[in-house]
Amino acid sequence: MKRTTLYDTHVRLTAKIVSFAGWDMPLYYTGIVHEVEAVRTAAGIFDVSHMGELFVSGTEALALVQGLTTNDSSCMEIGEAQYTLLCDDNGGVIDDLIVYRTDETEYMLVVNASNVDADYEWLQQHNQTSAVCDNRTEAMAIIAVQGPKSQEILQQTANTNIGDLRRMRSVIARIGDASCRVARSGYTGEDGFELFCRAEDSVRIWDRIMMAGESSGITPCGLGARDVLRLEVGYPLHGNEITRETTPVDAHLMWVVKPDKGDFIGREAILNAKASGPKHALVGLSTNERAIPRHGQTVIVAGRAIGSVTSGTFSPTLGRAIALAYVEPPYAEIGSKVDVDIRGRSCACEVVKTPFYRPGIPTQAIANK
Amino acid sequence: MIPEDLRYTSTHEWLRVDDDLATIGITDHAQEELGDIVYLELPEVGSTVTAGHVFGSVESVKTVSDLTAPVSGEVLEVNEELTDSPDLVNEESYGGGWMIIVKMEIPSEVEELLTPEQYEKFVEEQ
Repeated sequence: MKRTTLYDTHVRLTAKIVSFAGWDMPLYYTGIVHEVEAVRTAAGIFDVSHMGELFVSGTEALALVQGLTTNDSSCMEIGEAQYTLLCDDNGGVIDDLIVYRTDETEYMLVVNASNVDADYEWLQQHNQTSAVCDNRTEAMAIIAVQGPKSQEILQQTANTNIGDLRRMRSVIARIGDASCRVARSGYTGEDGFELFCRAEDSVRIWDRIMMAGESSGITPCGLGARDVLRLEVGYPLHGNEITRETTPVDAHLMWVVKPDKGDFIGREAILNAKASGPKHALVGLSTNERAIPRHGQTVIVAGRAIGSVTSGTFSPTLGRAIALAYVEPPYAEIGSKVDVDIRGRSCACEVVKTPFYRPGIPTQAIANK
Repeated sequence: MIPEDLRYTSTHEWLRVDDDLATIGITDHAQEELGDIVYLELPEVGSTVTAGHVFGSVESVKTVSDLTAPVSGEVLEVNEELTDSPDLVNEESYGGGWMIIVKMEIPSEVEELLTPEQYEKFVEEQ
């Protein structure tokens, strides 16, 4: 099992450690409910160094990115970040990722921990350009600081005015004496930042931010809280909502597919899927029962299986269960009544709008493109 | 710390014996593994539970787990406080987080349960 450079820090903080995608990672420190609340009301700090960083560089770096991913990266400024997808020939989603333009001819692809090796292999196999791919996952660490107080906390540690940083933009800054890329982005729906640094600097940066945030209530958060936070705001998780069996059409991700930019792997299949309509649709489910639909459970209408739950949890912010599920298109309308088979018992659910929860992000943090 | 006056199961329930009455809950180790508990499904007063069989479930933010009865008998009391405060199971797993009181049918079933020493060893080995 691999360990991030912050592993000893997590142990010192008495985290409950679980293995995830080949890494020993903190599931929670004090408890998921407390950690979620901290991010929604103050700030949380996360070690997400298990995520992968694949660098693409060279004069044809953009051509490689454009040919393999679905979004249009051609107009990105240096420092800009963009959500995009890596798809196969069938339009199935190999991974979802954030691409950062880190230099004139360099892009950093931040990918899911479970998919680093598959993505890297895919990139190399399908590289028909002179661009070079480099997997720097183990040399780098990522620390996320998320929540309404994240700017005020991080500013105390940074040498540049991070308040000027717009959402999905990044700059190189110093946190204490360590240099890192500070991006205004995250996976929680809150205002927040993700810091990309050298692995050996991660402990110093973490400690510096913890010190600065102590009086504001900064709270170390594990993967448990991270999963709940993303689900509350309806963000998909690769492996659950998006897989190689689902297309961007199914997952309502056509906003990151730009067929007009030119050819890319999966373009034709995605256009065909769009023309024929989704086979199944991703929806939000809510229930008034004291039960929680979970990943893999069957969605039923009138005794017939019409879909399955992809993610489900108790939402501490809303005080009730929330879930995402794929259902047959006729049942995808808001207000549809469906049942979920929860361990042999039928639980009455309703199709609801997502996000389940919408954080109040300060307007200056939202990109005005 | 594993209380010395209780008996245990390999599915992490504890049992406190008082004559033919048995109070049942889950261990500190179990609540730690589950994380924040949000719902409990417990039997009704007057129903019966059977040793080794599922009598309810406990649901945390992350996961759900069955509750297995350590002994057989009639449910005399259910901890109603857990309906509004399921977190008592996290905070006081051996106290306020108790779940049901059973009138034992076969008190000798207690002898089959793990002693504190055996349970401690069992948890360490896992």
